[in-house]
Amino acid sequence: MSSELRYTANTQLEHLHARYTGTGHADLTKWEWLTHQHRDTLSSIVGHPTLASYLAIADGESIGRVKFEMTERMLQPCGPPPAKDD
Amino acid sequence: MHLYNLTLQPPTAITQAIVGNFSGARHQEIIVSRGTRLELLRPDVQTGKVSTVIASDVFGEIRSLAAFRLTGGTKDYAIVGSDSGRIVILDYDPRTSSFVKVHQETYGKSGARRIVPGQYLAADPKGRSVMISAMEKAKLVYILNRDAAANLTISSPLEAHKNNAIIHHIVGLDVGFENPTFAALEVDYSESDQDPTGEAFNAAEKMLTYYELDLGLNHVVRKWSEPTDPRANLLVQVPGGQLASSDRYDGPSGVLVCCEDHIIYRHMDAPQHRMPIPRRRHPLEDPDRGLIIVAAVMHKMKGAFFFLLQSEEGDLYKVTIDHDEQDVKAVKIKYFDTVPTASSLCILKSGFLFVASEFGNHYLYQFQKLGDDDNEPEFSSTDYPGYGMADPTMPLPRAYFKPRPLDNLTLVDELESLDPIVDSKVMNILPNSDTPQIFTGCGRGARSTFRMLRHGLDVEEVVSSDLPGIPNAVWTTKLKEDDEFDSYIILSFVNGTLVLSIGETIEEVQDTGFLSSAPTLAVQQIGANALLQVHPQGIRHVLSDRRVNEWRVPQGKTIVAATTNKRQVVVALSSAELVYFELDLDGQLNEYQDRKAMGSTVLALSIAEVPEGRQRTPFLAVGCEDQTVRIISLDPESTLETISLQALTAPPSAICIADMLDAGINKTQPTTFVNIGLQNGVLLRTVLDPVNGQLTDTRTRFLGTRPIRLLRVMVQRNPGILALSSRSWLNYTHQNLMHFTPLIFENLDYAWSFSAELCPEGLIGISGSVLRIFQIPKLGTKLKQDAIPLEYTPRKFVSHPTSGLFYIIEGDHRVMGDAAVREHVENLREQGKMIDDDIVNLPPDQFGRPKAPAGTWASCIQIIDPVEAKTIETIHLDNNESAFSLAIVPFAAKNGELHLVVGTAQDTFLAPRSCTSGFLRTYRFTDDGRGLELLHKTETNDVPMAVMAFQGRLAVGVGKSLRLYDMGKKKLLRKVENKTFSSAIVTLNTQGSRIIVGDMQDSIFYVVYKAPENRLLSFADDSQSRWITATTMVDYNTVVCGDRFGNVFVNRLDAKVSDQVDDDPTGAGILHEKGLLAGAPHKTDMICHFHVGDIITAIHKVSLVAGAREVLLYTGLHGTIGILVPFVSKEDVDFISTLEQHMRTEQISLVGRDHLAWRGYYVPVKAVVDGDLCETFARLPANKQSAIAGELDRTVGEVLKKLEQLRVNATSHSYVGVFDGNITHLTTCHSTDSDISALSSCSVKIFRNMEED
Repeated sequence: MSSELRYTANTQLEHLHARYTGTGHADLTKWEWLTHQHRDTLSSIVGHPTLASYLAIADGESIGRVKFEMTERMLQPCGPPPAKDD
Repeated sequence: MHLYNLTLQPPTAITQAIVGNFSGARHQEIIVSRGTRLELLRPDVQTGKVSTVIASDVFGEIRSLAAFRLTGGTKDYAIVGSDSGRIVILDYDPRTSSFVKVHQETYGKSGARRIVPGQYLAADPKGRSVMISAMEKAKLVYILNRDAAANLTISSPLEAHKNNAIIHHIVGLDVGFENPTFAALEVDYSESDQDPTGEAFNAAEKMLTYYELDLGLNHVVRKWSEPTDPRANLLVQVPGGQLASSDRYDGPSGVLVCCEDHIIYRHMDAPQHRMPIPRRRHPLEDPDRGLIIVAAVMHKMKGAFFFLLQSEEGDLYKVTIDHDEQDVKAVKIKYFDTVPTASSLCILKSGFLFVASEFGNHYLYQFQKLGDDDNEPEFSSTDYPGYGMADPTMPLPRAYFKPRPLDNLTLVDELESLDPIVDSKVMNILPNSDTPQIFTGCGRGARSTFRMLRHGLDVEEVVSSDLPGIPNAVWTTKLKEDDEFDSYIILSFVNGTLVLSIGETIEEVQDTGFLSSAPTLAVQQIGANALLQVHPQGIRHVLSDRRVNEWRVPQGKTIVAATTNKRQVVVALSSAELVYFELDLDGQLNEYQDRKAMGSTVLALSIAEVPEGRQRTPFLAVGCEDQTVRIISLDPESTLETISLQALTAPPSAICIADMLDAGINKTQPTTFVNIGLQNGVLLRTVLDPVNGQLTDTRTRFLGTRPIRLLRVMVQRNPGILALSSRSWLNYTHQNLMHFTPLIFENLDYAWSFSAELCPEGLIGISGSVLRIFQIPKLGTKLKQDAIPLEYTPRKFVSHPTSGLFYIIEGDHRVMGDAAVREHVENLREQGKMIDDDIVNLPPDQFGRPKAPAGTWASCIQIIDPVEAKTIETIHLDNNESAFSLAIVPFAAKNGELHLVVGTAQDTFLAPRSCTSGFLRTYRFTDDGRGLELLHKTETNDVPMAVMAFQGRLAVGVGKSLRLYDMGKKKLLRKVENKTFSSAIVTLNTQGSRIIVGDMQDSIFYVVYKAPENRLLSFADDSQSRWITATTMVDYNTVVCGDRFGNVFVNRLDAKVSDQVDDDPTGAGILHEKGLLAGAPHKTDMICHFHVGDIITAIHKVSLVAGAREVLLYTGLHGTIGILVPFVSKEDVDFISTLEQHMRTEQISLVGRDHLAWRGYYVPVKAVVDGDLCETFARLPANKQSAIAGELDRTVGEVLKKLEQLRVNATSHSYVGVFDGNITHLTTCHSTDSDISALSSCSVKIFRNMEED
């Protein structure tokens, strides 16, 4: 079971979360939400040729490099998760 | 306000290209994706020219393309991955010249989402299956097969998902006829998402995973998964599998894993081979910077294969693998050549390399050799311990090469591309031009250009020569029916005729049988081998043995007009009589017994060419002084009987009947068009019914101010029509559709086809006393481009209001300026380093400039003369400064003297945005604008991204603040500031005391300047946040904006609020008003919204022809140029919207994207009709066309006419020009019902004007 679903017993919702990565839930932390947002944004940049061109022109890099760095950043776009208090 | 969106120039960028035998014939074709369009290109193996066969808007975003061929097949299919949530297999049908959707399978939601497949495609090399993958987790495998009737079948998808895995790339493995296997490059993030210490993140491994499709069990298994280099980015298929005939292996199979700085050969149960990617030995290279491969292509020849890999610098490397059957002995890499950095590389079997550049023009190269025996250093995996894998965590020692000009490749063709258009302007600068030109700053880095675009066809002059007098007509003629080329040029002067023969040289000939003492009216090669000359006194029939049969006009009469074809001659006499001649079977020209009296002087005559296999053409068109055109029968049953009559608005000056193919009217047969040119410069085009001779479907167009002359010419072996007025126009068929485009050339007085060995498909024309032979190289294009090279990526430009010069700012990130380069090289020399000047001095437009760390900038200001097409001056910025904005400002403090203000910043970092200091450089114009003198630099605390003249002062957007500056002696003086903006001000526009501020992330703000209190107050903003890229004011209350996601929208402020703000003298009311939704007190209404699919970089409110209606013209990053045309009447809106609805249900999107969802990608489309979709009506099958037209209560012809009218009215002269229908006017018209009735009354008035005209 993924972390988001630790406290959820609703199996239908569970199914939904398993199927659609990035779906939010009531106990989502700020870091998780941000990470999802960034991953969605980064994959959107790679997926839309105009956006990738736009960034490549601004940054002076090749489009291939921009796509590569964006994909690399998807691994951990917002730094490590905050330490748990307990 | 209702707008009609029309694309004038579709995007020119290529995001991906694939090669294959898509037509099933022997030659290979290339399918390219232009982001939202799919094109089939065909390189001509003989000439090396690339031509577009078909282009089709897909109304969706193409994300991936792959070609595959079923085992044993001869034809390739294309698979398209897009944002439609569907996989589509396309077949190119050469018979109808169109893409046919063979399969369309839905697998997920639409949109370029993280976990919906479509981003990557990999096909099994034997064409048995295909894998389609998302950026994360989802991978689907489809099995491709044939059914009993040999039709392509596709299975339901098999899942190969892996949760929490980011996918970098996938590729189909070449395993011969074993189970299809795919390799994927994946990173799992589940552990690093759980570990707050960050150790798991650092230890995250990039896995190379094989997925095997078990064809027997019909499922996909993860067969093998091993960690590879953590900076791997690309996989390349390595040939493998056994040949069917022998037991030999094609290759070792496996993949090349392209990593940063390294390339690794990898296969299951086989040793790895690693070698470095050679780098340029540039003294200024950044040693901390890795090098990645961005494009790769594998090419198989008989018994051998090689790879071409391209680095991000543009260098091509040739990689070869030494192998013994399945065992790899060594992998070798060497420098091959340098070409522009590509988004895709394609190798054709005929020895060409197609480079689809990521920015700028695309190129076709021919292989001269394969770099086999040259002195380039080669790096082999065997040179390194353990084949380079002794310690995989340590980088290998770096390898170097010396870049050099092309050696293995030669350039054979270039496809022009505007991509990227960074900024544009529309204005009429050229002398003698009645239409404005579009100026664009295009390209990236050292390959940037400043281009001037003109509407029209490019003309290539072959020869021009002065003549002794001014001829009034020119013809060319063959001597015999089956001659390949023309032999004579005949020039008619006021008092004589000159005959020139075409040979090695062009010289005068005497004994041709032509009468030289009189002007000529018509020349025709008639019958098998005779010639015909019509002159005012008679007709000369010159037989092949030079005998002349002459027919003389009766005393006191002359011939005033004549028309001929291979078998028929009609002449009109000054007595308004028609005389008809026809060739009999013996080659004798016989006069028809009766003459036809017309009752009014004949001004123009025309008959069509003799249809193939017929004796004669049955129709003659006669234009008379009484403003009529009559169609007269030449049929033996009813010779010289009048069939139909058309009234005109002015006397005709020329008529031309031509049979031309127009798929919009008839897809299989040429249609007979009667073109009638009037003396007032208007051209009427009507369709002649071949059965009853009636004229239908009249379309009109204004061509110019002179009486029109019409000439039938051959354009690439198809009939076309040249229409000459104050501009020359060519009407021709290209890709089965009719085009009507002006020629960008000297005004022509007369023209004719010209065919000789040197110029087989040319035209000959006279302008004044000059004879010109020319050809039209790029049929189908509508814009002619003239380019001026630039130093760096253009950012913005402005034009001088009086001198017509352009000032353009350019800047490149991660590039050192020339001065910095010289300084560094000097430093290195002083340190005793050996500097290879060859490398330092490599031309940057071919090799680029060395990459420097982030925060390094090269920038300059250039002055460009667009008329002379040259750069006048270049001012380089020093101290790592880069220019971001510029404006021409008449400072009131200097009595309105114009100054150029350039906003720059030093040591700028982009994300997060920072700089050590921003500057406003103030320049004075010297030498009438041809020079600039720096007056002073004013420091700012952030990057000034937008500057603008405002009421004799300067308005500047410095980061989040809007400021007004006035001119001072040593600096600009800050007068007032407003710091309430959200992220960064990127655009400024003004009217009166209102300033429209475009914020980078937060849409637009309406700001008012209250002079008495010296206040800048933001009083209205947008309720949505938008990433603004371009804005223009449509009227005082309305703005049109483009955003970063490819949308264009129009926002309007309530007129009451506007008045209220303007009536408040001090602005105290606004100051104390309560903010709404954490912003300004008032919100704008969105009144139009449309997804263009390209990032809009500039919008202009212009009229494309002097006096015509104003339209909104936008330019997009990928090279799109489009217009938004306001509708003039409610009826038009209803009609076109209904047509659009019907077109939507036709589901014409080639990628299966729902049209409404595409145009409403981020926000539902509002009050904009997609003209591109409506215009595809012309390509629908006839039964669908008539069904839709029936629903609209119109005929197909009427619908097509309406569509053409909408395009023509917006882009060229039209009758509606008499009505000053600017957008502001229209907006008021649409606001209330009573106004609508007012509008319809004005449209009635226009109609009457048309009739009267």
